[in-house]
Amino acid sequence: MSETSHGIGGLSFDAKKRAWPNEMNVFIALIAIIVIFEILGQVLPYMKGQSLLFDFNTNRDGTILNMVRLKIIILQVSIIGIIAIGSTQVIISGGIDLSPGSIVGLTAMVAMSFAQTALVNGNPNPKAIFGEAWMDLPVIVPIVVAIAVGTFAGLVNGLLVAYTRIPPFIATLGMMVAARGAAKWWSKGQPISFPTEPFGAIGNGMSGWSPVVIFIGLAILFHFILKYTVYGKHTYAIGSNEDAARMSGIKVDRHKVLVYTIAGILAGLSALVLASKNLTAQAGMGVMYELDAIAMTVIGGVSLAGGRGSIVGTVLGALIFGVIISGFTYLRLDAYYQEMVKGIIIVAAVVLDQWRRQRAAARA
Amino acid sequence: MTNDIILETRNLTKHYGGVHALQGANFTLRKGEHVAIMGDNGAGKSTFVRQITGVEQRTRGDVIFDGKPVFFENPMDARNAGIETVFQTLALADQLDVPDNLFLGRELVKFKFGPFSILDYKAMRERTMGALEKTGVKIPNIRGTIERMSGGQRQCVAIARTATFHSKLTIMDEPTAALGVQETAQVENIIRTLKEAGEPLILISHNMRQVMDLCDRIVVFRRGRICANLDIKNNDITGEDVVAYITGAKTQPEYADAA
Ligand SMILES: Nc1ncnc2c1ncn2[C@@H]1O[C@H](COP(=O)(O)OP(=O)(O)OP(=O)(O)O)[C@@H](O)[C@H]1O
Ligand SMILES: [Mg+2]
Repeated sequence: MSETSHGIGGLSFDAKKRAWPNEMNVFIALIAIIVIFEILGQVLPYMKGQSLLFDFNTNRDGTILNMVRLKIIILQVSIIGIIAIGSTQVIISGGIDLSPGSIVGLTAMVAMSFAQTALVNGNPNPKAIFGEAWMDLPVIVPIVVAIAVGTFAGLVNGLLVAYTRIPPFIATLGMMVAARGAAKWWSKGQPISFPTEPFGAIGNGMSGWSPVVIFIGLAILFHFILKYTVYGKHTYAIGSNEDAARMSGIKVDRHKVLVYTIAGILAGLSALVLASKNLTAQAGMGVMYELDAIAMTVIGGVSLAGGRGSIVGTVLGALIFGVIISGFTYLRLDAYYQEMVKGIIIVAAVVLDQWRRQRAAARA
Repeated sequence: MTNDIILETRNLTKHYGGVHALQGANFTLRKGEHVAIMGDNGAGKSTFVRQITGVEQRTRGDVIFDGKPVFFENPMDARNAGIETVFQTLALADQLDVPDNLFLGRELVKFKFGPFSILDYKAMRERTMGALEKTGVKIPNIRGTIERMSGGQRQCVAIARTATFHSKLTIMDEPTAALGVQETAQVENIIRTLKEAGEPLILISHNMRQVMDLCDRIVVFRRGRICANLDIKNNDITGEDVVAYITGAKTQPEYADAA
């Protein structure tokens, strides 16, 4: 730091100056990872000079970027990315949420049940779990149902965390197991398929880009909410110093309920997109999604100790995730390596966060 | 006479399980008066403050603030009633910046919309600059997070927070404990400003010179009890006398049961 940092004697104020944003580091990491893949594409003999993101054969689709791969990279992280937007808020508030993957499974099942079409290729729907009166409902019904299921699950999480003082890890672990059970119970383990056309459009519309649009739209919305509203400020304050937040008059318990409920709603929305995209719902959907979502947030610079991080960071973290998965496919490496490297990156991100916090504490 | 009193406690007592941290404190503070609370570590000074400001709930006794008995359920209640406090633990959110901390829990908003009310950052920044100027606190970069500040700067932020809002009573728990010479002088200037404005103050401090310079009266705590009430403005009381009360070498006759 410069000499102005001990300033007491006659220094002027500066309302504008801001620190180097941590998101910048995540962005640099993203670029570095892309560069590594590009270099490997050039130097590995069997790759024959391929590129991860660029397509120099521009007469194919007229762009220098490889739009197909770019789409895959973002598309494959969008659905989990929606969950990660919720995880970001929970972790910033100093908590953790292990339940979104199971909430996705349950919500997908329930919402799909309300999205059944009456006729499949002219024959009666063989998989419908309710009677005819419940078929061909307007698409708003499964949407509202999905949001309601997500809200309920998130609300239970929030109430448990805020009012029973069980550690969030345990409370949401309970929800993780219970919601998965409920998803299996819902149709006795049978998958539910054959949704109406408008329902199918949620995750397949706009020539396949709609999950990306929904993810980015929600990211922008929650970026704004976290940065510019009282809700956001209190979320950071609670994660930063819960006692100080309480002493400052913030209703900490009520706020936590709201944070976990929002995370539940986002898990419900993610389920909606996933079930629609796959045109089917299964009780096993979303297994381990919560861990990928947490990994995205941590890679994006959200501190597991709370108080630090942003949606922008999480979106960048999700992109890093997507680039690594696509990059491994492009290098024709087995999926095992992907998972091992994912594990290493998660641990590295946490170590980095801890190291950053220790440095901050040492300065104080 | 009575409506001249801003704060009074009667028989204020706090037990933590078997620890009798505060025992039967009878204390009065008149409007415009600056009173120091002194006493050894663990004497019960901070405990006394926590009972008045709603951080904790007292075991028994009464608190009468501004003529009315009060039962603050939380620090926000006390703050809304007009008591601004600099706690010994400062109560700052490390990852937030100076305006965020000054307005924590009472943010200025542009549009009211429940928890999703839109923050008015510009107004908060401007009022923060105003408060810092008014108190003479100099912080090079108010947009920097608290975790990047020195102990003294943190203290200054916590003090500027109390000065940002008009209050009927200010309480400072060891506000200069972590400060260097210049910063201490600054805090003392803030206190003088409060005195000129006629705002009453309770100052907890271990610094004898500071207390002698700034305050009208010293109340001494010893092992959870008040053992002396010294009018230093009107009586000839030396630092040695005060130390004698703090250490227990002397006790005022009216507090004899405290020994
Ligand atoms: N939450 C608590 N639980 C149990 N005992 C407590 C608690 N808070 C304070 N005490 C005890 O009460 C006594 C008074 O503590 P207090 O913090 O009021 O001291 P103090 O006079 O402010 O001291 P210092 O000058 O060190 O700040 C101490 O013996 C302390 O250990
Ligand atoms: Mg104390």
